[in-house]
Amino acid sequence: MNDLESAPINTGEDDGVEWTTVGGVRVPVDLITPPWPDPYMDIEDYDPDADLMVLNMGPQHPSTHGVLRVKLVLDGEICVKCVPYLGYLHRGVEKLCEKLSYVQITPIVDKNDYVSPMMNELAINMAFEKLIQAEVPRRSRYIRTICAEIQRVGSHLLWLGTFGLDMGGAIGGGGSIFMHTFRERELLLDLFEDLTGCRFHYNTHMVGGNRHDIPAGWADKATKVLAELGERCFEYEQFVRDNEIFRARTVGVGIVDPVLAMELGISGPILRASGVDVDLRRDQPYAAYDEIEINVPTETTGDCFARYLVRVAEMRESIRIATELLKGVPEGPIGSLKPVKLPGAVKAKHGLGVYSAIESPRGELGTFVVGNTERRQAAIPYRCKIRSPSMHALQLLPYLCPGNNLSDIIVALGSLDPIMGEVDR
Amino acid sequence: MTFENPWIHGLVMGLIIGNVSLAITGYSIWFERKFAGRMQNRPGPTVVGPWGLLQPVADVLKLMQKEDITPRSADKALFNLAPPLTVFVALSTLAVVPVAPGWIIADLHIGILFALALGSLMVFPVWMAGWASNNKYALLGGMRSAAQSISYEIPLLLSATVPIILADSFRITDIVEAQLGGNWFAFWPPGPGFAAFGLFFLCSLAESNRIPFDIPEAESELVAGVSTEYTGMKFGLFYLAEYLHTFIISMVAAALFLGGWDGPGDHDGFIWMALKTLTLFVFIFWIRWSYMRYRSDQLMAMCWKFFLPLGLALVMFSALWVHAS
Repeated sequence: MNDLESAPINTGEDDGVEWTTVGGVRVPVDLITPPWPDPYMDIEDYDPDADLMVLNMGPQHPSTHGVLRVKLVLDGEICVKCVPYLGYLHRGVEKLCEKLSYVQITPIVDKNDYVSPMMNELAINMAFEKLIQAEVPRRSRYIRTICAEIQRVGSHLLWLGTFGLDMGGAIGGGGSIFMHTFRERELLLDLFEDLTGCRFHYNTHMVGGNRHDIPAGWADKATKVLAELGERCFEYEQFVRDNEIFRARTVGVGIVDPVLAMELGISGPILRASGVDVDLRRDQPYAAYDEIEINVPTETTGDCFARYLVRVAEMRESIRIATELLKGVPEGPIGSLKPVKLPGAVKAKHGLGVYSAIESPRGELGTFVVGNTERRQAAIPYRCKIRSPSMHALQLLPYLCPGNNLSDIIVALGSLDPIMGEVDR
Repeated sequence: MTFENPWIHGLVMGLIIGNVSLAITGYSIWFERKFAGRMQNRPGPTVVGPWGLLQPVADVLKLMQKEDITPRSADKALFNLAPPLTVFVALSTLAVVPVAPGWIIADLHIGILFALALGSLMVFPVWMAGWASNNKYALLGGMRSAAQSISYEIPLLLSATVPIILADSFRITDIVEAQLGGNWFAFWPPGPGFAAFGLFFLCSLAESNRIPFDIPEAESELVAGVSTEYTGMKFGLFYLAEYLHTFIISMVAAALFLGGWDGPGDHDGFIWMALKTLTLFVFIFWIRWSYMRYRSDQLMAMCWKFFLPLGLALVMFSALWVHAS
């Protein structure tokens, strides 16, 4: 338990990595490996003697994390070209946002990133608050931060389980990891159930604060659960990190070039695993992150194993942050506006566009909102654009896949942690 | 128990040993599910019968009721022949494995060669299924399976050569009798014997496509590999053959390396053979539910770069050992 406090956070300072600066960002030299594969390559240009096979992986496939469809051109088992097809889970959330009022949007966006729903609520409500310039009380900001960190832990736990499935299959060792991470996630869902009454789609954030206050005894329970989880994180390290086969499957597989990643707009753990030290929680503090110190774990190898290390370190860091914040939740109101559920309760008086972003478990989750200038439509946004990190992460696939074995493609795809609900919206 | 007439002997023994093995295999599925459940903090099957004991029966009934689909573009003859052939090949191996003194279907003087030859036949039905399904995942699974089985044949044969050299016989009964009195080949000669045992065990796992070598199935990559297009009882036969094969390799490994029916002191008998076989069987489950799978090229590299030289070294060592003693 005490190891939690002293768990080393790798910042890549002292492991003999050569650094260079690209566009004002420090990146490891070894990972920059242009020329990158051409995603628009004409397969006619490939070896004409090769016997190529087109394999449509998905949208119904056990390892495409939902309904992603990847068209692979295979030479034997080696991928030559990869084209991801998105849109099988498109529900028109952004269009719905133009029809619903600011109050009604929150439960809709819950369904975007269904692994960490509260992050969506936080992101979109922060944008609305910025648009109408609403204040958020300090207590509410604390609750938001604690919830966000616990959501991050839950999200990474789910990722770890499904990543195990990608490598070991549901029947086998992968299934064992999956079951264990889901047991832990269950504890976190119980916490949220106590807090909001819901286990999954909470609708707890609203413009100017939170809808649900911390119930009596919740802080103690949460602290206990988090402490237990911290110990189990070490169990996972024994079970997964020190597993020979896990290493054989992840080390050196799916190396992400940080420069390419930045050009594609990738953020979050994928970029941090490639050595780029960015984290919006620290760089543009929102909610209560300005009141607490945040260590940002980074790795310098950029492969699937590095992404695993970064996510597990983030999990431990999130447990620490949430535990520390739980000790000092300030008293006060939890919302600056009255918690009315009438659709027209929140009105924007101007048509300015604002952008606000948070660090979701998958990276920068941003929202761009334009208020409606028409007086009768003041309670409805004119445009609401959601910038989802998973969507950008999937742009990497055409660069990661060529030259790799089919098994490696599955692992690389899993390590990107795409959530299709968020990709297609 | 022996009969004068070899035909009657084979028939009676075959009925007994075959049916007992099938029953054990059926119930091993229930046991594995319970075992996996305990490993994963869940109870496993509990609903059908007391402690879910009737689960295998329910599974078989369910599989029989399923619609039997043959894809229109499949090669029907091969597609339908493959599943029974896997079970046939797996069951045939039982013929030469002694379970107790005198309890053997056919005591061939080249029993071990017969068992290994049938093991290598296993690649045909699997490849047949992969090719005949006319499905890309099945094709990839079949290709992987063929490559894997052919590669792992060689170290398997080499590791099986060690007890052959030590016992100076191809007959499995002779090999077991050479180990009577605690002189098990897994522990004697110390070190190399155990290495040969481990090599045999791992290569058998690879031959029977079990985790961590189950890349032909690889359900996270190839959906279900060779059995993607199979439904109902045809799928059930594949499933049965996989468990049967696992059970038989446990039996062969127990006979070749762990002294077969040799027990402490004078208490030799069937019970020890059963105990050793089931221990190995459970060990395979344990491995299956704690490890992920290797990639196909890593598997090949391991076979050719590590297992093959090790096997050769072990054969040479055992020859020298016999020569010296």
